[in-house]
Amino acid sequence: MANEIIVGIGGAAGDGGASTGDNLAQTSARQGLHVYVYTSYQSLIRGGHSWIRLRISDTKVTNIGDQVSAMIALNQDSMDRHLQEMKAGAICIYNGDKVKPGKAPEGVQLCPLPVFELAGKDALPIMQNTVALGALVGLLGYDFQALSSVFEHTFKKKPQVVEANVTAAKAGFDFAVKTYKKHGTVLKKTDAKLAMVHGNNILAMGAANAGCKVYCAYPMSPATGILHWMASHGKDLGICVRQVEDEIGVANMAIGAGQMGVRSMCATSGGGFALMTEAIGMAGIMETPVVMINVMRGGPSTGLPTKQEQGDLNQAIGASQGDFPRIIIAPTSIADCYTVMEESFNLAEKYQCPVLVLSDLLMSEGHCTLEASFLDREFKIDRGELILEDDGDKNYYRYKDTPSGISPRVIPGVPNHLYVSATDEHDEDGVTISDVYTDPITRKKMVDKRARKMEGVVKDYTPLKLEGDASSNTVVVTYGSTWGAASEAVERLNKEGVKVAHLSFKYLVPFQEKEAIALLKGKKVIVVEMNKAGQFARHLRAEAGITADANVRKYDGEPFEPKHIVEGIKEVLKGKNLVEVQSLEPGWRTPHPPGPGVLSTGSTH
Amino acid sequence: MTTATLQPRDAKLYKPEVPPDWCPGCGDYGVLTVLQRAVGELGILNENLMVVSGIGCSSNLPGFFKSYGMHSLHGRSLPVATGCKMANHEMTVIACGGDGDGYGIGQGHFIHSMRRNVNMTYIVMDNEIYGLTTGQTSPTSEPGMKTKSTPFGNPEGQLNPMALALAAGCGFVARGFSGDINHLKSLYTQAIQYPGFALIDVFSPCVTFNKQNTFGWFKERVYKLEDKGHDPSNWTAAMERAKEWGAQIPIGVLYKNPNPRPSIDAEDPALQGAGLATIKKLGLTSEQRKKLIAEYL
Ligand SMILES: Cc1ncc(C[n+]2csc(CCOP(=O)(O)OP(=O)(O)O)c2C)c(N)n1
Ligand code: SF4
Ligand SMILES: [Mg+2]
Repeated sequence: MANEIIVGIGGAAGDGGASTGDNLAQTSARQGLHVYVYTSYQSLIRGGHSWIRLRISDTKVTNIGDQVSAMIALNQDSMDRHLQEMKAGAICIYNGDKVKPGKAPEGVQLCPLPVFELAGKDALPIMQNTVALGALVGLLGYDFQALSSVFEHTFKKKPQVVEANVTAAKAGFDFAVKTYKKHGTVLKKTDAKLAMVHGNNILAMGAANAGCKVYCAYPMSPATGILHWMASHGKDLGICVRQVEDEIGVANMAIGAGQMGVRSMCATSGGGFALMTEAIGMAGIMETPVVMINVMRGGPSTGLPTKQEQGDLNQAIGASQGDFPRIIIAPTSIADCYTVMEESFNLAEKYQCPVLVLSDLLMSEGHCTLEASFLDREFKIDRGELILEDDGDKNYYRYKDTPSGISPRVIPGVPNHLYVSATDEHDEDGVTISDVYTDPITRKKMVDKRARKMEGVVKDYTPLKLEGDASSNTVVVTYGSTWGAASEAVERLNKEGVKVAHLSFKYLVPFQEKEAIALLKGKKVIVVEMNKAGQFARHLRAEAGITADANVRKYDGEPFEPKHIVEGIKEVLKGKNLVEVQSLEPGWRTPHPPGPGVLSTGSTH
Repeated sequence: MTTATLQPRDAKLYKPEVPPDWCPGCGDYGVLTVLQRAVGELGILNENLMVVSGIGCSSNLPGFFKSYGMHSLHGRSLPVATGCKMANHEMTVIACGGDGDGYGIGQGHFIHSMRRNVNMTYIVMDNEIYGLTTGQTSPTSEPGMKTKSTPFGNPEGQLNPMALALAAGCGFVARGFSGDINHLKSLYTQAIQYPGFALIDVFSPCVTFNKQNTFGWFKERVYKLEDKGHDPSNWTAAMERAKEWGAQIPIGVLYKNPNPRPSIDAEDPALQGAGLATIKKLGLTSEQRKKLIAEYL
């Protein structure tokens, strides 16, 4: 049986909650514990509320879980918001000099800390976090050494900082262990050290491991972490990193680089992706390999910059005018972000087309533990039909009409193979046909050639596989990151005796149509996704002719927790065909700023 | 893939089978012919040249030029060309297009490319009109000019690309005239050899849709800066000349930074060795991966 604790750390932006969370995550990962972190925050640099949830378990975790069972309230607001969510057995740690708890729910242990006394009255305010973290680590039954080694690692170059933190943490640790009851859940630690990674870091490192050499971006949450990683590592790794004036420039620059034969990438969120769309068509008709990541957030327009949604599928499918082949992949987990980078660059070069990767806030800004060995893997590099040196061919046609539709690609610089690529329709030699009177034969030939390339793609995918109870007649269908919460929900339902299977899609275009039909035809299909309109349900219908029997949707900005999906599926099994679930705990609520009228802060359906 | 043989080459080597299809008399013919001569004079091999354009009559140029090329999107020649340069800094990159392409829809990239200072040459065929779309007003159209989109006269002001370039930090700012081929050639060779972003705005009359700024109109007005003792190393003097429009319009090198700051590609740590596109072993080494993973442990 898995033992797990979900810790919530609440405070205002700028309170240092994030580094407290990072330190706790590292401390856990260094003892072989698995961690999955999601931070609910607002678009503020200082102030407001930020709630970091760390799910810590002695077995693998795939999602944020449901129920917080330990919290650190760094300010009064966090206490007021979250205390009532706690259930019996939970512990609540706070600075007793500053924060007043109110009445705790039955069985919740309040653990005030005399921070003044413990940290000394000259300590920096931020030391309250360290005292609290020390206390928490003590009550979770961790070795103090695990925490102090994290301080030593983080502040390597500043011994006084290490000392100050270790002293404060130790004071909290000792006080808590002496004064309060330990948390009832005992986590089994091991000697393994797990890596603690952000999704964005994994996308970036994955790209680097796949040979990406040019990266361009314009900052946009929640994709900015990729730019930061690239900017700080590009120098060492020989990656040229540019912050460009806008996403139009970003996409065009990445495509220019891709055309030259470099593996190039760019990343943004929906708004920036909208600006990139004309260029995506250019990569389509010029047959330029390029990888473009859209880290989805709540839309439309500026929408919810710091919130989760899977609402840009339609945008990706419809990006740019005209018909042209593209590949769209949505990784299903933070770990999968790594694999998807390996696949995306290979597919982009092999099929000479844009590969659009749909990540989302939950994966990109979330972080989790991974085995170091998983990351330390040499990627397979398949550059497709690429000509890097003069092969003596005197009749080279860049866009040669071949049976596979793939034309061997020469990189500019190679003698005797000159060509000009155009966004205008062109013939096999690249010469445009857009200015001629008309040329239906060539036009059709070239459209067909490009389209034909996609016939091979599905064979390169990992085949679809049913999870959960594969024999069940009821199949929960998800795409992208919803895999995490859904797989746990399905597992729980099966344990409760409600037999369900789970089919998770990651390759969206071209679609695994035949496999999807084989696995879903005649079954009761429940599509679970994070948007209002049911974009994936529509895609499934369009691509495989399978209409979902029921849908479970969430679009309130906060990610699915397994319990939402469990509830949703139960409602469906009772006969509903559309269940819209929501995060309803009081901690999620935000009162409308004072002003005319009183707006409701959430409904019950 | 070295940049130049330094042996002058015949301009014909840069002429493809496909002949230009501009209107007879279009200024762009001159721009093209002179470019073929200039790169020939510099001895740059065809395969080491990347010519990138946007969309417009003028942007059709790469199709009539024998080298590697990209005929990209309207307004986007500069970011595309920048990507090309980053991917293989050993190639000579020339971006080109029209006034609408560069100063209208692509104006943001124009300013930032100059600020960014990529080592490449940008040729704008400035005909003060949108040619390909059959004659609408452009950012460089004169106020009051009647076009299809301003039948009662252009109510908007005229952009001054020379002053804008100077203000944006462009280290090489020149203006040429397609009616004066030899003069134009020297601007090209200087621009290509300049170690940073070099702009040449070329008066390249649209004989079909711009009945105001014709070859004759320019011939009457242009004068050569070098004949008037202009000092191209003097930024303030360049700005003064850039303001001239009307009876007297200067052509030649307005400004050439005597102490050019290093171009971005020369500075970028990733671009110190061979062109990135020529690297054969891709991906991280096990050592690099281990070092990265250590950050997460
Ligand atoms: C995004 C986009 N908007 C509009 C157009 C239509 N268009 C093509 S060329 C052009 C203007 C061309 O003017 P200019 O760049 O001055 O080139 P010229 O034809 O005068 O040489 C326009 C508006 C387009 N191709 N793409
Ligand atoms: S329309 Fe004008 S710019 Fe275009 S080819 Fe004809 S003359 Fe040249
Ligand atoms: Mg024009």
